[in-house]
Amino acid sequence: MSHIHIDVENVSFGYEKEKEILSQISFHAAESDSIGLIGANGVGKSTLLKLLVGLHTDFEGSIRIADIPVQKSTLPQIRSKIGYVFQDSDSQLFMNTVYEDIAFAPRNYGLPESEVERRVEQALRLTGIEYLKDEQIYKMSGGEKKLVSIATILSMTPDIILMDEPSIALDPRNRRNLIHILNSFTHLKIIASHDLDLILDTCERTILMADGRIIRDGFTKEILTDKELLEKNGLELPFCLQKR
Amino acid sequence: MSKIGDAIYEIHSMDALAARDQWVNRIHPLVKFILTVGYIVAVVSFQKYDVIGLAGMVIYPIAVFILSELSLKDSIKRLRVVLPIICFVGLLNPFFDKNMVLFAGAEISAGILSMITLILKGTFSVLASYLLIATTSVDKLCYAFRMLHIPGAVVTQFMLTYRYITVLLEEVNRMTQAYTLRAPGQKGIHFKVWGSLTGLLLLRSMDRANNVYESMLLRGYRGDYQYMRERIAVRPQDMMYLLFWMGVLVLFRLYPVMWIVGNLAGGMFT
Repeated sequence: MSHIHIDVENVSFGYEKEKEILSQISFHAAESDSIGLIGANGVGKSTLLKLLVGLHTDFEGSIRIADIPVQKSTLPQIRSKIGYVFQDSDSQLFMNTVYEDIAFAPRNYGLPESEVERRVEQALRLTGIEYLKDEQIYKMSGGEKKLVSIATILSMTPDIILMDEPSIALDPRNRRNLIHILNSFTHLKIIASHDLDLILDTCERTILMADGRIIRDGFTKEILTDKELLEKNGLELPFCLQKR
Repeated sequence: MSKIGDAIYEIHSMDALAARDQWVNRIHPLVKFILTVGYIVAVVSFQKYDVIGLAGMVIYPIAVFILSELSLKDSIKRLRVVLPIICFVGLLNPFFDKNMVLFAGAEISAGILSMITLILKGTFSVLASYLLIATTSVDKLCYAFRMLHIPGAVVTQFMLTYRYITVLLEEVNRMTQAYTLRAPGQKGIHFKVWGSLTGLLLLRSMDRANNVYESMLLRGYRGDYQYMRERIAVRPQDMMYLLFWMGVLVLFRLYPVMWIVGNLAGGMFT
């Protein structure tokens, strides 16, 4: 595998010219980093993730994935390295059955059907949803859809995983399963979430955002135990650290 | 369930029917598509007073209903919107065509005969189309279209339109549910909010469609849709199925099989 890393330098972006959502964002993510992206609602976490996969390319500054600049001409190359899990599973899943949806990406990358099948089986096994293989997606619960969404990106065998609120709609058992999946993924991952307990369990590093800026970038254990810092930025200590 | 909810359920039911592992479902989609088109052309080509000849064409839908183990009752229920329209179209014929013709030894209004043929033609065509989509998934149909060299852009457009119908209906369902819960005792949606609801529906549907498209892009979609799990070969049994039905349909179209059977059965129509 190539040395995957992400370099974000002085990135600013807004959907409207007058209103900046992200302002002067800079950070470097190395090959095996696991990064939690936290912040109150509307601080730009999801927008930042979308910029990393080039869903918006009209930003100021520079984003490089494995030294490849994020721009329109390089998007297919960049997207083949990144698996992105949407916040809303209904936006991510559009095929009829679970199998067809998980097979969508490998087929688009022109893999032979035997390899597509192997990857689908592997993704189903990793997410623990082999029993859903031929299920129709509309019949599934929110939690099942979330796990299928994760399986759809695992079948791409990505070098980088980006997840936007992955624990939404998961029951405690499936949430625990998700933590296990994330911890078994040893490559670069960035998880945007309000579930600070999940971040604590899966990420060594945390980036705290507020008003479109990075407020703090450091060890998760330091940032998520700093009650004053969290509360100042619209968050609270993780539940496991709160006194009952 | 609301009417919109019913519509979403019906679409998903059709997907579920097409996904069944039945013998007819396993027939090659191209074979079923060609047969359906051929059947409809044959049905439509009957003379407007040839009721008996046309009635023989019922053999195809009946046989496929039996082979595919589909419920006729449920199917007619699903077609309840279309069938009355077909009947309505034919209802005017007796008023315009007042000639008398000889039918089965008796004089009868030509308008009534042409009304019956029109209704039969419409009903048979709708039933054949229904049987095709109830036994063939949209993915497989698109695969068949590509085999016929219909341009990829057109087929993808067809496929995504089908996908977006449910997206649109789900948005309508959510909005009407939210409205109903805050407007108890009201029947339907008040006309004053039609404008804002329609505008909102358009924006939300576009947003959802954009999200789905982004999701496709992020998983390597570059305009060429991969429709099927694997290439489906045309098997000998598919060819036999096609040839058998072509033979039957040509026979029923060219020869008055029903008359012959009737005569043999005791001169019923002489």
